[in-house]
Amino acid sequence: MSFTDSFFARKFGLTAADLEGYLSVALSHGGDYADLYFEYVATSSLGIDEGIVKSASQGVSLGVGVRVLSGEKTGYAYSDDLSPDKIRHACKTAACIANGPAKVEKTGLYEGPKRDLYPVLTAPNDTTLNERVELIKRADRAARAYDSRVFQVRASYADNVREILIATSDGTLSHDRQPMARVNVTVLARQGDGSPQEGYAGGGGRMGLEVFESDKSPERYAREAARQAIMQLDAIDAPAGEMTVVLGPGWPGVLLHEAVGHGLEADFNRKGVSAFSGRIGQKVASELCTVIDDGTMAHRRGSINMDDEGNPTQQNVLIEKGILRGYLQDNLSSRLMGSASTGSGRRESYQHVPMPRMTNTFMLAGDSTPEEIIRSVPKGLYCVNFSGGSVDITSGNFVFSASECYEIENGRLGRPVRGASLIGNGPEAMKYVSMVGNDLKLDEGIGVCGKEGQSVPVGVGIPTVRIDQMTVGGVA
Amino acid sequence: MIQQLANDVVARALKLGATEAECTVAEGNEFSASVRLGEVEQLKEAGSRGAGIRVLIGQRTGSATTSDLTPEGVERMVRAAIDNASVTTDDPFAGLPDAAELGSIDVDLETYSEAVEQLEAEWKIAQAKAAEAAAMQFDPRITNSEGGSFDTYLSSRAFANSRGFSGLARSSSCSIAAIPVAKEGEKMERDYWFSIARRPDRLEAADLVGRLAAQRAVRRLGARKVSTQKVPIVFEPRIARSLLGNLFEAVSGDSIYRQASFLNGQLGERVASEYLTVIDDPTIPGLFGSWPFDDEGVRARRKVVVERGILKTYLHNTYTAKKLGTTTTGNAARGLAGNAYVDHGNFFLEAGSKTPEQMISSIKSGLYVTELMGQGVNVVNGDYSRGAAGMWIENGELAYPVSEITIAGNLKQMLLDIEEPGADLEFRGSVASPTLKIREMTVSGN
Repeated sequence: MSFTDSFFARKFGLTAADLEGYLSVALSHGGDYADLYFEYVATSSLGIDEGIVKSASQGVSLGVGVRVLSGEKTGYAYSDDLSPDKIRHACKTAACIANGPAKVEKTGLYEGPKRDLYPVLTAPNDTTLNERVELIKRADRAARAYDSRVFQVRASYADNVREILIATSDGTLSHDRQPMARVNVTVLARQGDGSPQEGYAGGGGRMGLEVFESDKSPERYAREAARQAIMQLDAIDAPAGEMTVVLGPGWPGVLLHEAVGHGLEADFNRKGVSAFSGRIGQKVASELCTVIDDGTMAHRRGSINMDDEGNPTQQNVLIEKGILRGYLQDNLSSRLMGSASTGSGRRESYQHVPMPRMTNTFMLAGDSTPEEIIRSVPKGLYCVNFSGGSVDITSGNFVFSASECYEIENGRLGRPVRGASLIGNGPEAMKYVSMVGNDLKLDEGIGVCGKEGQSVPVGVGIPTVRIDQMTVGGVA
Repeated sequence: MIQQLANDVVARALKLGATEAECTVAEGNEFSASVRLGEVEQLKEAGSRGAGIRVLIGQRTGSATTSDLTPEGVERMVRAAIDNASVTTDDPFAGLPDAAELGSIDVDLETYSEAVEQLEAEWKIAQAKAAEAAAMQFDPRITNSEGGSFDTYLSSRAFANSRGFSGLARSSSCSIAAIPVAKEGEKMERDYWFSIARRPDRLEAADLVGRLAAQRAVRRLGARKVSTQKVPIVFEPRIARSLLGNLFEAVSGDSIYRQASFLNGQLGERVASEYLTVIDDPTIPGLFGSWPFDDEGVRARRKVVVERGILKTYLHNTYTAKKLGTTTTGNAARGLAGNAYVDHGNFFLEAGSKTPEQMISSIKSGLYVTELMGQGVNVVNGDYSRGAAGMWIENGELAYPVSEITIAGNLKQMLLDIEEPGADLEFRGSVASPTLKIREMTVSGN
């Protein structure tokens, strides 16, 4: 689809000449570079609670963000009104970051090649509301049928379709349509007078509703949430102290996101404030570890055809056999560091300035079977589900919170253990990875990453791994 | 103007067949200046608006939002909300507040200051530079910086409903921050300090913000890991706030009616030590949890949530109150649309009489927490396990920095184990606490 057939050209009558005109205004005070980011997002969400469909909402958000770069300086302005005078006003405001006569020669805009990582037959918001409501009703029924100890079920469905158009003073003109849908289920279970326990599961991706007819069915997420809640009923207190930890495959890949990924974002490294700053080529993990950030995986939550600066996403090797290989670059940092964009410039919305971010971050599979890995541990903790994590990129200390764990005793899985946080130091923790499974799995599609107040959807993945030493924050 | 729009939207919804309707219209203007190593790094300035509506058709609810405030955009929004109500289920508890609850308190809450609007961009940039410069000059070990910043935000929010309520609340804020990086050998540590206020003359001086940030960053250098043990824990006020946040979640009507709180069924019972008195008060002028009416148009009021350890009330909006057979406490909140959730006003722990030094002086071995990391808090069963950093206490004094450790316990027991709080209650946002001390928790290290 060419620009003239694209969403903003059709709906708002934008022409390439308009865009060139706005970019000229943005550069009129002598900026080095400018870009325009038009965004239109249509969202819908539905919620069932206590068996009652309590909420149904739709939303529309649109606007344009204007960015001007001048050396290391960024000027940013936006407008939620797409009339020409309002856009021009935003361009003038952002332009003032520079101070001098215009110096960039006007270039024509051209469209680069397009790809389509997430073709959808029917966008989620083009289906009927009843089709969408049925998904959460199915989840509600399946969770209640799972076990009589289940006493509360909440399920929600959310989708959005994001149309973006990016024009840069480098001359690129690109547009994309980014669909997303997800289902989440939260279950509470109780045994007798005991304390209630919670389970949570969900998933989705950049697809239409057909995604929920595959293995990502609402029933599966409902049963998974119920299973976790029931499992917790018999859990014992988590241990405290350093021990061997085995991470299960899939969502525990959040380890990579926190321990490694954030610290490799180029803005922190350009400024020299990351624990990984200046360590390219150094050993930061055991040689069993190869970590990739890949924005090009079909239909995945963290994938995008192009980043929010119009650059194509790609597969970026972060760590290769334990050696630190590269940073995640956006336009600003790559300009200042003299390297190329890695397609990692992302932003929450038109109201936000882009910055280097992850997409889908995972570790390549190794040779061990998951059974071998567990059998190798005399005493330790097996963690299969997490509720999230965070990192201090300067010290490198990161934490991630386990929500489903089991004891390992003499190479066998033992009793379930209550939730606990695991803590480590980014450039050190992964040196203790001593076995990597052959069972790489990606998460189900629920990840949200926060950085400096901006949230973007991401994915993670990991095979079963054994970490010889990690601090577990239990009470026992 | 936005108030008129809110009124019009409600009228339009009723005309299109809604039984009840409530509408929020909000507008805001943001300015942010960030500097790094003495130079401007980023300037951002813009305004935006948005509207949202929730309708009831009988006992069914539908909602919609839009940032397109053209007549066509607003009409589409109203129609979408009505369409959405067709797929929801009758909920006998869905409804609007009783007319008697509606209204605005007749006090100037000082949430808006024209002085914020009048600040010049150059002055704001100079403040950000001054904060960063003070941090950089504080100590030779401050070698780098993630910058200084000065931000302002002005907003207005109108709310109207079909029971005759229509109100407008304006607010302003300004904030200043510094994030220096300290280095010793190969090890780096960063920390931050900030000040936020409704009006510029209530801000801490740029210089002080910078120095406090630097002092905190330098203090972290040389952090060690300690061995796993059970010890007394002292939370500095900035960090103690997060425990109050956990307590709020546990007394929120949303958690209670779902039976998803460790404080379910505890009304009138002892849930904390006698040192704990917690207030929720949106009627204190000039703070960040101050409002004249909540997001359902219900008059603001002060509540004692916990009094000397006894749980006195949960916090409710109209829905959670009806579910539990009681009345709203005026704690409704929402984005632009959707069903209301429960939020706090100024939610704080009443100060005690001790200085932080006195609280620490009796501890032979313990932890003074200056940072908490990660999620690790389960309000359903009370399990608590979070990453931490701070200072190790030895023989009653702060001895050396510690990091890469966790603290763990259960909120039920932690509340009972709270000892006399500090006198240093400070409001740095809508949740506030003085220095807080817990008799014993598990520190996990090596």
